[in-house]
Amino acid sequence: MSGYEEIILDHWRRPRNKGRLPDATGSAVEANPLCGDIVRLEVKVQDGAIAAARFTGEGCAISLASASLLTELITGKPVAEVERMKDEDLLAALGGVVKTRLSCALLPLRALRRALASEGPPRRTLPPSEV
Amino acid sequence: MDERIRNDFPILGRTVHGKPLVYLDSAATSMKPIPVIEAEARFYRESYANVRRGVYALAAEANERYEEARGKVAALIGAGPGEVVFTHGTTEALNLAAWGLGETRVEPGDEILVTEMEHHANLLPWQEIARRRGARLAAAAVAPSGELDLDDLRAKLSPRTKVVALVHVSNVLGTVNPVAEVAAEAHRVGAIVVVDAAQSVPHLPVDVGDLGADLVAFSGHKMLGPTGIGVLWGRNDLLAELPPLLTGGEMVREVWLNWATWDDPPARFEGGTPPIAQAVGLGAAVDYLRAIGMEAVRRHGEELTALALDGLLARPHVTVYGPSDPAAQGALVAFNLAGIHPHDVATLLDQEGIAIRGGHHCAQPLHRRFGIPASCRASFHVYTTPEEVNQFLSALDRVWEDLR
Repeated sequence: MSGYEEIILDHWRRPRNKGRLPDATGSAVEANPLCGDIVRLEVKVQDGAIAAARFTGEGCAISLASASLLTELITGKPVAEVERMKDEDLLAALGGVVKTRLSCALLPLRALRRALASEGPPRRTLPPSEV
Repeated sequence: MDERIRNDFPILGRTVHGKPLVYLDSAATSMKPIPVIEAEARFYRESYANVRRGVYALAAEANERYEEARGKVAALIGAGPGEVVFTHGTTEALNLAAWGLGETRVEPGDEILVTEMEHHANLLPWQEIARRRGARLAAAAVAPSGELDLDDLRAKLSPRTKVVALVHVSNVLGTVNPVAEVAAEAHRVGAIVVVDAAQSVPHLPVDVGDLGADLVAFSGHKMLGPTGIGVLWGRNDLLAELPPLLTGGEMVREVWLNWATWDDPPARFEGGTPPIAQAVGLGAAVDYLRAIGMEAVRRHGEELTALALDGLLARPHVTVYGPSDPAAQGALVAFNLAGIHPHDVATLLDQEGIAIRGGHHCAQPLHRRFGIPASCRASFHVYTTPEEVNQFLSALDRVWEDLR
């Protein structure tokens, strides 16, 4: 079976940066009601750069792998650079995604953009509940 | 089924991702045989004009073909031609029923009873009517087996119940509901019974007399016919009391600036230029199905469903939803692979040329009832072969190996 790209399977099986970020400065939840995918992306911005990024979520392999990979891609990067990230950049990093599943792959990026837009002072610690 | 049937569906000869297409999404829409495609094309080439208006010969001919199609549909379901209303599909047919009954039968404080297994098309119109008329919408429960909980349905019936709307064959679970039994109970409290037959008329013998309902809706495109054409069957006396959903040309008698009088059914409900060529195509689809015989269509569906269920139930990582009894369900199976999202299953099967549906199949409340966001569904029709079902089962094993 041709299947998914190895990078998708890898991030799906061993998600990086999964969990809540208690001292997040920005956070957003995006959902795709069509398939029930839901992703929460949280970032901690310090000195104009992404000091930490984490996600929680439920859904298909593509959306969860994409969220995991995205947190890796942006950690340590200047916010200005992350804000310039295009859909195509994430899709390329995933090794390409079939066109019928683009909305799954891009869900975490939509959450990231909103998380950055919501950016403010660090929140108080939240209970470590799931999405 | 005969190899000749297979050859009547040209699209089944194509490839997807370099693999022969295995189309297992017939519950969403069915493929079209050459006689249907040709009937529509021939009508445009030879007999096309608008219906009901023209006095010239070509218009009369087009009208004749349109009415001939109505007669074929009526004969298929054991109805009189005057009881068959052409709509644009099941959704419009159910909206026509809901908006009409909402006006004539539903008062504030009344109840409308649906079931938890309704397609959104047989839920949302009733939600709207209930909200606008100040009525209450109740839903009969679905048992864990995927069958309708008849005790719950009975308990929710009362003299305040004005409409009972239910699906004949569930588009997710495949459950065949005992419509005649429900209709008898509903009629006892004076309720009108509306049936969504989108998944039953294309696959099994349906006689509206035996069904015992008052209004029955179905679509052309799921029964080998064109898109854009559907049917609302109604009891003559009930149709006569319903107001039109669409007002405009061709559905009136007399029009003044301030008032108008409606035509009789079925014309009253066919405002505007109807899908004429699509009706002709649907007539050809009915001919095609009747030539095979609806009993034979049903048997073929049962055989394929049995094969698919045997395969799915033998795999411990597969959860099957619905009755899991080929004799008690439509030609489809709904399932999930443990821990794997249906869209991943559908995408990986697509890589092998196998088209199945992954999602909530326009039945979100039903999926919520089973505690799942979505499910996979494989569905069949006359052109589906046992070999295709076997290919699907082995491909499913490769998906499992890939993603487990």
